[in-house]
Amino acid sequence: MANIPGELKYSKEHEWVKVDGGRAVIGITDYAQDSLGDIVFVELPNVGDTFEAGDTLGVVESVKAASDIYTPLSGKVVEINRELEDSPEVINEDPYEKGWMVVLELSDPSQVENLLSKEEYEQFLEENA
Amino acid sequence: MNERLIFELSRPGRQGVMPPKNDVPKKDVRSLLPSDMLREDEPQLPEVSELDTVRHYTRLSRMNYGVDVGFYPLGSCTMKYNPKVCEDAANLPGFTRIHPYQPEETVQGALELMYDTQQYLAEITGMDAVSLQPAAGAHGELTGLLIIKAYLKHKGEKRTKVIVPDSAHGTNPATAALTGFKVVEVKSDQRGNVDIEALKEAVDEETAALMLTNPNTLGLFEENIVQIAEIVHNAGGLLYYDGANMNAIMGITSPGNMGFDVVHLNLHKTFSTPHGGGGPGSGPVGVKAELEPFLPSPVVVKENDVYRLDYHRPLSIGKVRSFYASFGVIVKAYTYLISQGGCGLKSVSEHAVLNANYLMHRLAGHLNIPYDRRCMHEFVCNPRGLKEKGVRTLDLAKRMLDYGYHPPTVYFPLIVEEVMMVEPTETESKETLDKFADSVIEILKEAAEDPEKILTAPHDTPVGRLDEVNAARKPVLRYIK
Amino acid sequence: MRFIPHTDEERKEMIAELGIKGIDELFQDIPEEVRLKKDLNIPGPFSELEVLRKIKSMAAKNKTVDQLVSFLGAGVYDHYIPSAVHHIISRSEFYTAYTPYQPEISQGVLQSIFEFQTMICELTGMDVANASMYDGASAAAEAALMACAATRRNKVLVSKTVHPEYRQVLNTYATAREIEIKELDYNGGVTDLSKLENLLNEEVAAVILQQPNFFGSLEDLRAAADAVHQVKALLVTCADPVALGLITSPGACGADIVVGDGQGLGIHMSYGGPHLGYMACTQKLMRRMPGRIVGETKDSRGNRGFVLTLQAREQHIRREKATSNICSNQALCALAATVYLSLMGRRGLREVAEQCLTKAHYAYEQIINLLGYQPAWSAPFFKEFVIKTPQPPQEINQRLLESGIIGGLDLGRFYPELKNCMLLCVTETRTREEIDRLVALLGGDIK
Repeated sequence: MANIPGELKYSKEHEWVKVDGGRAVIGITDYAQDSLGDIVFVELPNVGDTFEAGDTLGVVESVKAASDIYTPLSGKVVEINRELEDSPEVINEDPYEKGWMVVLELSDPSQVENLLSKEEYEQFLEENA
Repeated sequence: MNERLIFELSRPGRQGVMPPKNDVPKKDVRSLLPSDMLREDEPQLPEVSELDTVRHYTRLSRMNYGVDVGFYPLGSCTMKYNPKVCEDAANLPGFTRIHPYQPEETVQGALELMYDTQQYLAEITGMDAVSLQPAAGAHGELTGLLIIKAYLKHKGEKRTKVIVPDSAHGTNPATAALTGFKVVEVKSDQRGNVDIEALKEAVDEETAALMLTNPNTLGLFEENIVQIAEIVHNAGGLLYYDGANMNAIMGITSPGNMGFDVVHLNLHKTFSTPHGGGGPGSGPVGVKAELEPFLPSPVVVKENDVYRLDYHRPLSIGKVRSFYASFGVIVKAYTYLISQGGCGLKSVSEHAVLNANYLMHRLAGHLNIPYDRRCMHEFVCNPRGLKEKGVRTLDLAKRMLDYGYHPPTVYFPLIVEEVMMVEPTETESKETLDKFADSVIEILKEAAEDPEKILTAPHDTPVGRLDEVNAARKPVLRYIK
Repeated sequence: MRFIPHTDEERKEMIAELGIKGIDELFQDIPEEVRLKKDLNIPGPFSELEVLRKIKSMAAKNKTVDQLVSFLGAGVYDHYIPSAVHHIISRSEFYTAYTPYQPEISQGVLQSIFEFQTMICELTGMDVANASMYDGASAAAEAALMACAATRRNKVLVSKTVHPEYRQVLNTYATAREIEIKELDYNGGVTDLSKLENLLNEEVAAVILQQPNFFGSLEDLRAAADAVHQVKALLVTCADPVALGLITSPGACGADIVVGDGQGLGIHMSYGGPHLGYMACTQKLMRRMPGRIVGETKDSRGNRGFVLTLQAREQHIRREKATSNICSNQALCALAATVYLSLMGRRGLREVAEQCLTKAHYAYEQIINLLGYQPAWSAPFFKEFVIKTPQPPQEINQRLLESGIIGGLDLGRFYPELKNCMLLCVTETRTREEIDRLVALLGGDIK
């Protein structure tokens, strides 16, 4: 069973979000990293890029798959996890802490309400298993 | 078994070949070129003798598996025997030692051969005109979609969507995107056909084309092809035929008869030109008369028994490569075509389909056959009851290497899980098929009884399973001394 | 039937085993209305002897560069091919293999591609190279697409000194992607860099130059790279790998992507194909590069081995999001080039390049001294050069052909402004005697 921490919010595209005031940290869930298998490369946006909710933020690649990362929230990239460039395996090892991907400065914090809770995401995974 | 890199065999001062004598007055290169244009850093090429080179590459060849080594049922790739006479033909100096800009009167034989090949491929596909220019299947797709795009533009139509089934080769959506179309995927139905309702839903006035492989990548003939063609044509769209699976239908039906407007062929599949470990291939494109003006330039024409290159094609999409074709590959395909003749090609397809059905029948009790139908030249199957033991299709494929086979295509098409796609081709004998079937059954037995043996396979190959994860994480793409 | 092993007996057994009456029944899913009602009209089947007779008679209608003495270049070159090249690429373990999807039984192809990638990096002065492209022209076009993707810009400048057919292919690919192409003028046989600076701006993804260019002249790549990088665009260079044995590598001049055709490296001219596109780039652009790439890794036994890598860029995984649709490439031609470069080695390639240079200059010096012949410009050149001719090149070539010589390319075909100009090529395979004969015929000394 995938690890789904209670304090985070989730998207149906398997991203997790940690909201902190007007900012949000985004990564991919334990379920997502497990489905992809060994992650070999991550392509992240540049600091300063702006995105609308639903846009492609970057790409995670395993040996035999490539998966887009969609941002569930609109905003501007203020920080990216540079460690992932050299050590993408961190996402497999620790998706919710060391494996974070970007920090967004939110342009519409009300979008957070559209995200799933731990329970909702759990249920979503079950239904789509 | 391991072979050192050619660079590791290098000894300063050694040389494998002696260039011809320089019989013009010797001049210092510095007097001919400005010194800042002469390279200072010498390229670190190996310094080896001819024997070093020959042994090195001969040893490497022995670590490689080709159709000449053994059975190669790689689905969708049509790994049939490549007749030796085709190689001899392509190596004739009359074909290898001619320059593409030579005057046409000095290359009439080459032009005749290309012209005849155009005609024969048009006959096989039921098309009105053929261009030999594309260098490979994917290149043919690019050419075909550009022709469609140019044709629609010429008619003043703005159509933006290309429809592909979910069973399609990856090149189909990639090509559609490359040519600026939006890709719309339609799903397959329970029988493995394009879902007609989903297709109706997807087709509209925006539809430029449907790309279809028939038989499709499940090895099944699209039974509703007439209806499919009608739906697309009625909406004003065109039908594009991916010729990867042409080996199943030669002389029996043709893309033209089925209603297709544009076709590409893979000469390195159906027409037996060898694949060279990844190329060169050749991907000629055929079209119906209406689309002929848009073919790449030039095409070979015949006037009063004289052949020439026709560049006067104002509506042409232009060129997709330099010069005219992968000519050497065309020579091999031509040789194959006349070796077989029209009736021989029909027999090829009949036996390709017979072999696939026979092998499917032999394996049916042992592997799951997801579509309970007659297959065409290939079939898909997957293992059952092995997941619990942690054995996957990949593991079975690796174990086949120990038995001396190239495994079938695995994990494609994407719509069948843990899939294997098996294409025996017509050039394999019943004994080979029987022996392969026995080996697969034996491997399945091993997987049930001794999964460890399968999970650690292959055991008898020059190298063991390779770490692809680390190769991609920390890419080492060249030798550094 | 040919190449079908089934005996009548076996066919019957198989049909019986399938529980059908005949092979026809297997085609029951094909609707009657789309069936062919007549036999395919293709001559044959013919026996091997008959086939060879027919093919040889066609080959005999061609006049080869062994029967005629050729001074044609323009992207395809008559360089000598050592015998060993043919023998190695005729090993059927290599040529009857598919793409190396099963690395454990494909180390031969994989390792040779890794060696090829290394050699291309060495020649071009770049960090990484792929396993090959279709040809130089399509490689240049793919480089343009790659540059647009990497810079997220949509305009490409290409010099008119780039092979005209390469530019045609570039235009075809650009139309597909709605990329804007602008051509750069030349002056004195090389790209007019003074005009380049006016055209460069933040919209330009890449500038494409050829080295040596289509006229055989050497471009000032360093100056071009500086200008191009000022606006954060990329310099794409299309280079002749034989020349790179002698001249400064594009990498050392600051190129970001280097492409070209490796036909001169041990591959037959074969009337224009199959040849060998290659592509190399900087480390930074590695993951934007199209095509197959081989990487080094370890096997389960701890030994070195090779695999296809960075595959998540490719069409079979990315589908409509792939950087390119290429899958088959020119692997066997890449093997030929690898064997060629091994045989030549460091010194051999340089020697070939020096001979091209000195023999071309020997021919040039004599031709420009003939009455009526003039140099088109004075730019430094490698193995090809442009001469202004006193009569239309077509007439001169007709005369030469009657004496067994294939003259140079009539440039008016591609450049209306160079109507009376001829592009001549001299490689190491031309002898002094052949050059002297050309000169004598051009000068009208002999008929």
